[in-house]
Amino acid sequence: MSVQDQLRNRATELLADATIDLFVGYAASDTPLKAAVHVARTEAEAEALTWNTFCTPNLAALLPDLLRRPEGAGEDWAPPRVGILAKGCVSRSIVGLIKAHQIPREALYVVGVGCNGVVDRHRAARLFTPAAILAAEPLDGDRMLLRGTDGAEQTVDLAEILLAGCLDCRHRNAVVADETIGDPVPEMSPAPQEDAAASFAARPIDERWEAFEEEISRCIRCYACREACPNCYCTECFAEETEPRWIGVTAEPSELMLFHLGRAFHQAGRCVDCGACAAACPMGIDLRLLTGKVNQDVEALFGGEVSVSLDIAEPLLQFEMTDDEGFITEP
Amino acid sequence: MTEASERRTDAQDAWEPRIAAFLCNWCSYAGADLAGVSRIQYPPNVRVIRVPCSGRINPLFLVKALQSGMDGILVSGCHPGDCHYISGNLYARRKFALMKSLLEYVGIEPGRVHFSWVSAAEGVRFAELLHTVIESIRELGPAERMVKRVEAMP
Repeated sequence: MSVQDQLRNRATELLADATIDLFVGYAASDTPLKAAVHVARTEAEAEALTWNTFCTPNLAALLPDLLRRPEGAGEDWAPPRVGILAKGCVSRSIVGLIKAHQIPREALYVVGVGCNGVVDRHRAARLFTPAAILAAEPLDGDRMLLRGTDGAEQTVDLAEILLAGCLDCRHRNAVVADETIGDPVPEMSPAPQEDAAASFAARPIDERWEAFEEEISRCIRCYACREACPNCYCTECFAEETEPRWIGVTAEPSELMLFHLGRAFHQAGRCVDCGACAAACPMGIDLRLLTGKVNQDVEALFGGEVSVSLDIAEPLLQFEMTDDEGFITEP
Repeated sequence: MTEASERRTDAQDAWEPRIAAFLCNWCSYAGADLAGVSRIQYPPNVRVIRVPCSGRINPLFLVKALQSGMDGILVSGCHPGDCHYISGNLYARRKFALMKSLLEYVGIEPGRVHFSWVSAAEGVRFAELLHTVIESIRELGPAERMVKRVEAMP
């Protein structure tokens, strides 16, 4: 039985025996290379669940809203019991959210699934230059047939269109799960990948500034990156705060940069590099350039991977007396 | 939009760096005060902003200060271990390490943003620190990056 069939069966059973009230997963969408987020509340809706290489969004982003106490809820209010399909990165986001007290572990039923990586439609679009992509068809041997307008066709290696973060993913299986479906996917001993943040950091400072300015200037401030991110659970984002007013309302470059620096900084110690922000960006801005740097620094300076275990406090919620002081100015 | 733009139109040789200094109430602010009552001289390029603790400083303050046209920033708090609130500066140290690195990564000159520890007893050290900081920002010249540009209405 395929993983997708197992998923549908299990979601149906869990809904039927009232273990859960709803199941958060993916369903096919009309957009090529993209699965939609799907919340199944009935057994019939569970039949629409899918699992494939297009399942890019991070489902954990839905959890804080689903589990947040509604305003004016009485004392007898209890959160719904939520089943969720969790690939490695989603499970890590769940760990982060539990540790940040945004979602209660008891309300969750985590169905873990091994993941071989998911597609980045921006990479696919850059590769498929002759036309716009209308459909994608998985072929044998980790290849994908892309069909475009005007009958254009192109066969590509799956690795060429996966999210860049998937290529050196260190947790392809769920780190927390109440049950797992399908066989676990073997973890990769990370093959040396071209590290975007490190090679960006190696460029001269003036080039970095120009590239940063150029990349961010494409931002249209739709905040899709924020909406797609499980870590962005604040009910009021600093981007919209008025006391203080962090960011003005225009698309003036410094305002865009302020938003993106703020967003990247807020990811410190919490980003699991799921790539959902970059995949959600309609302008194809390389958001991993910023979060990748912050992630690297967090690992290098404070050690350890974030959100892989419920027992370890997140890096910015702790300190060591011996933390790095290399950046301090001495008179 | 007022002072910053006026300054920008000045001749380059008349330029004086403007520096925002975020000083914690318990150590660095008192250190600056000690420098003052001890009549230790240092250039008048800093605008001091007193904060309860270096842990109070949201790293976005630094970005916002740059955006507002500050040529440089100094953040200073109690030495590690001496925080009035026990550990505020130790949490701050982690945040600052990341923010400084991120700013340099996107192309903000390393000499624009400074962090240091100054105690309430270190008036001389505070003055020396300011000489160092002001000198490094003077060498860089007026801040151009991250500064908000507003075009005047025609």
